[in-house]
This record gives sequence, structure tokens and C-alpha cells, in this order.
Amino acid sequence: MRVTFTVNGRRCEADDVWEGESLLYVLRERLGLPGSKNACEQGECGSCTVRLDGTPVCACLVAAGQAEGSEVLTVEGLADFARQRSGEPEPDQLSPVQEAFNRAGAVQCGFCTPGLLVAADELLERNPLPSDAEIREALAGNLCRCTGYEKILDAVRLAARGAGEE
Amino acid sequence: MEFLRPAGWEEALAAKAEHPDAVPLAGGTDIMVELNFGRRRPRTLLDLSAISELHAVERTPSAVRLGAAVPYTRIVEDLADVLPGLAMASRTVGSPQIRNRGSVGGNLGSASPAGDAHPALLAAGATVEAESVRGTRHIPVEEFYTGVKRNALAEDELIRAVRVRPAAGPQQFSKVGTRNAMTIAVCAFALALHPGSRTVRSGIGSAAPTPVRAPEAEEFLGRVLDEGGYWESGEPVPPLVAEEFASLCAAACDPIDDVRGSAAYRRHAVRVMAQRTWEWAWAGYRPGAARNDDEGGAACV
Ligand SMILES: Cc1cc2nc3c(=O)[nH]c(=O)nc-3n(C[C@H](O)[C@H](O)[C@H](O)COP(=O)(O)OP(=O)(O)OC[C@H]3O[C@@H](n4cnc5c(N)ncnc54)[C@H](O)[C@@H]3O)c2cc1C
Ligand code: FES
Ligand code: FES
Repeated sequence: MRVTFTVNGRRCEADDVWEGESLLYVLRERLGLPGSKNACEQGECGSCTVRLDGTPVCACLVAAGQAEGSEVLTVEGLADFARQRSGEPEPDQLSPVQEAFNRAGAVQCGFCTPGLLVAADELLERNPLPSDAEIREALAGNLCRCTGYEKILDAVRLAARGAGEE
Repeated sequence: MEFLRPAGWEEALAAKAEHPDAVPLAGGTDIMVELNFGRRRPRTLLDLSAISELHAVERTPSAVRLGAAVPYTRIVEDLADVLPGLAMASRTVGSPQIRNRGSVGGNLGSASPAGDAHPALLAAGATVEAESVRGTRHIPVEEFYTGVKRNALAEDELIRAVRVRPAAGPQQFSKVGTRNAMTIAVCAFALALHPGSRTVRSGIGSAAPTPVRAPEAEEFLGRVLDEGGYWESGEPVPPLVAEEFASLCAAACDPIDDVRGSAAYRRHAVRVMAQRTWEWAWAGYRPGAARNDDEGGAACV
């Protein structure tokens, strides 16, 4: 079947999609957007986290056909999205959350990073100054095998502080 | 495979009548796992996610009509005042991403004994609204679970909504698992006090082939509260009552040994949860108060 939806502000069409196929598969294998990672395909790891009409979801658990007509945001579109949200026209820059992950050393192998970035960015959009408990809660669906999470928490705090100072 | 995406409820019912083997797809958090792992290859998927009726919540003084596909996140955010037990249970489901998609309709559809909505629905006294082109059935939730991962739906029926009376007394939910997030229940327990009808209802998860109530325990506790005048006085209830109630709840279980826990552990855990939820609930009970909104700080919040 054919599925049409908007990804990172661009209208995309995918053809010959199998009816039982996940949104994650379509993004990675049909639309050339491998940023969202595929690790477990069962909703446990969060490395495939994208926003579907604004809501963070596991792309591996959304059937491609369910995304028909919707707006999807993946890590590839995060910088643009954050820029538009803040109204600051600085092209070719990472989003504040991405910068903070880099600076805090929250990225090791990087496999979990795209999902965490999308989830953390959405948290800060909703709640610009989250408590530690709120950060842990918002990121409870994203597993990381490398960092031990402390640096990830540092990064989210850093991004929140950075935004607060501006 | 065929992918059907009805835009409205009538259309969905017609599609289900025409394709009785079509597998409904709501949040996909159960179904997609099965598809991704090749455990299931249905001929037809019936996507319900575009149907606005299923995402609606209707509130009247006598009932909350919870659309089958309303995600857990909304139950936690918007319905904790009227469905406190279900909101507590919803709060323990998976992770934010899972709660953003997963629904009570899906939990009922899967009818896993470990589903977290079930104990809360049993305790609250919910009714499942099952509909087909032939008409609507209102199924008391305790009659909905017919076996391990089996439910009372006919092959042409879909779940439209769940109907629950707004809480008029304290409700509690407790779940034993290996960690706080993303954990499937080893077992779970829910309790609701219904001062209006002067009754107590319970729900037990993962400790029998289906989610179950503990009728003898409910009756015992209800009788003690009634005969002792406790509904009126709100006085502390002797600890022996809690112990007996907990024992009767444990006796209502029919658990198995599996990778998540042994039968003996489950029975023990249900006993402990029954006692604790009762203590929390009674601590939140005030005679004459129409509703208690903020009970359960120590429980699954
Ligand atoms: C990582 C992860 C963690 C999880 N953690 C928990 C947890 O902690 N607690 C818990 O209880 N569950 C958990 N689950 C299971 C799942 O999220 C729940 O069972 C959820 O309620 C399913 O809802 P859904 O809308 O996603 O259902 P779907 O997957 O869309 O459907 C589930 C079943 O219900 C049927 N169905 C759906 N809607 C209807 C309808 N309106 N009428 C008739 N049939 C219908 C479907 O055909 C299917 O058989 C978890 C799942 C994952 C992947
Ligand atoms: S790949 Fe989707 S949650 Fe792990
Ligand atoms: S950085 Fe390797 S999994 Fe998180």
C-alpha cells in the first residue's frame, strides 16, 4: 500500500509498504532516515522514539498505515524544529538539547541518543525546568547501555538551564 | 494482508461484520510486537486510531464513558479525580511512549491476566460496552474475562467504551514488579470503597488465569464496615480485620509458577498488597465526603 505523511516538515510518500510494517521500518528503509534506531522492535528500548503529531511514541509500535496523514518528527528534523520553535534564525546549528548532550558527554556509542534527544526535547518543550524526578520519569522508556544515565541527566539539566538563561 | 482504516465508528462496525477475522489495531503496543516478531500474520488489520469516538471521554454525574482507545496518558492527566484507581494503574504501565499509545480497550482486547487496567476496572465496577452491527451489549467487566487471554467479545464486536461510575470513595492500586518503570506485573491488586452502596470491591491481576475479584473478602470487609458502623464513624478498623481481609484475598488467587514469580510468592504478595491498599484506602476515607481526590500518596502515583 501507499502511505503519505509529513516527516520533519516534508511531505513523504512511501510505496509498496507491507500492511503490517512499522513506521520505524518505513522511516529507515524506505525514506532514508536512519536516525531513529532499531534495537528491540518491542517498545522496550525507546531508541526509535519519534513524535507522531507531537506525541512521543515508539515508531516500532506504530503501523505505517496509522501514520497516514500525520506529522512525524525524527531526530533528523530536531534542529530545524527547535529553531522554528524558538524563532531564532540560525541555520546549520544543533538544537539546544543536542548541544547539551555533546557538552555533557552524554553520548558514548550513540545508539540510544536519537531517541533520547527526541524524548528530552519534548520534555523541555512541555516543562522547561523539570525536576530530576520528572526527567527520570520522562526518559524511563529510553534505555542506554553505555553512560549509566548520569551524564544524560546532566545534559537535560544543562539544556534546561541554558534555555532558562536566554 | 489488508489494512482497513475506517474514519468513523459505524464504518468500523460494518468492516468488522464483513471481516470477522480482522484484528483491531488501537495503540498497537500489543499487536505490533506480535507483527514485528512474526508471531501473528492476520489477514486483515482494522485500524481504529482514526475514529474520534474511541478517543472521547464523556463525563456525566453518574458515569464516565471512557472511549476504548483513550491512551493511558490522558487517563493519568485528566481522569484521576473520577477514576483514581484506573489512573494509578495507568500510571504504572510501561513508559511514557507506551502510555501515549496504549489504551484500556487494547488491554481488554488482549485480556492478559497481567494487564494493569483489569484490577482497577474490577474494583471500580466497570462495564464494557461491546458493539456490533447487531447492537450493543453492556458486559460487567468480571464477565468479560473468559480465559487466559480470552474475552467475551463476539467475532463481529468491537469495544466502544468502558463505563465506570465516578469514584465516591477512596480507590487504590498496587503492583509488584522488578522495577518502577517498564515492568509487567508479577501480580497486582486494586481496591475500591463504595460508600454509596456500602460495599467494597477488589481486583487481582496476574494471580489466576484471568483477572479476578475476591468475593468472599469483599463480603467480609463490607459486612464488618456495615455492622460496626464504620461507614458513618470513619473510626479506625481493628488490624485483625485487615489481616482476615488479606487472607481471604490471597485465598481467592489461583496463581502459577512462572519466570516472573512463584505461585507461593504471588499469593503472599497479594496478601501484602490487600492489607496495604486497605490501610491506605481507609486512611483516605472521610464519612460523608463525596469524594477523596488526593489519597494514595504512597501507592502507585
Ligand atoms: C514495552 C511495553 C510495556 C508494556 N507495559 C505494560 C504494563 O506495564 N502494563 C500493562 O497492562 N500492559 C503493558 N503493555 C501491554 C500494552 O501496552 C497494553 O496491553 C495496552 O493496553 C494495549 O493497548 P493498545 O491500544 O496498544 O492495544 P493494541 O495492541 O492495539 O491491541 C491489543 C488487543 O486488543 C484488541 N483491541 C484493541 N482495541 C480494541 C477495540 N476497541 N475493540 C476490540 N478489540 C480491540 C486488538 O485486536 C488486540 O488484540 C506493555 C507493552 C509494551 C510494548
Ligand atoms: S526499537 Fe522501538 S522501542 Fe526498541
Ligand atoms: S550511548 Fe551507547 S547506548 Fe547510550
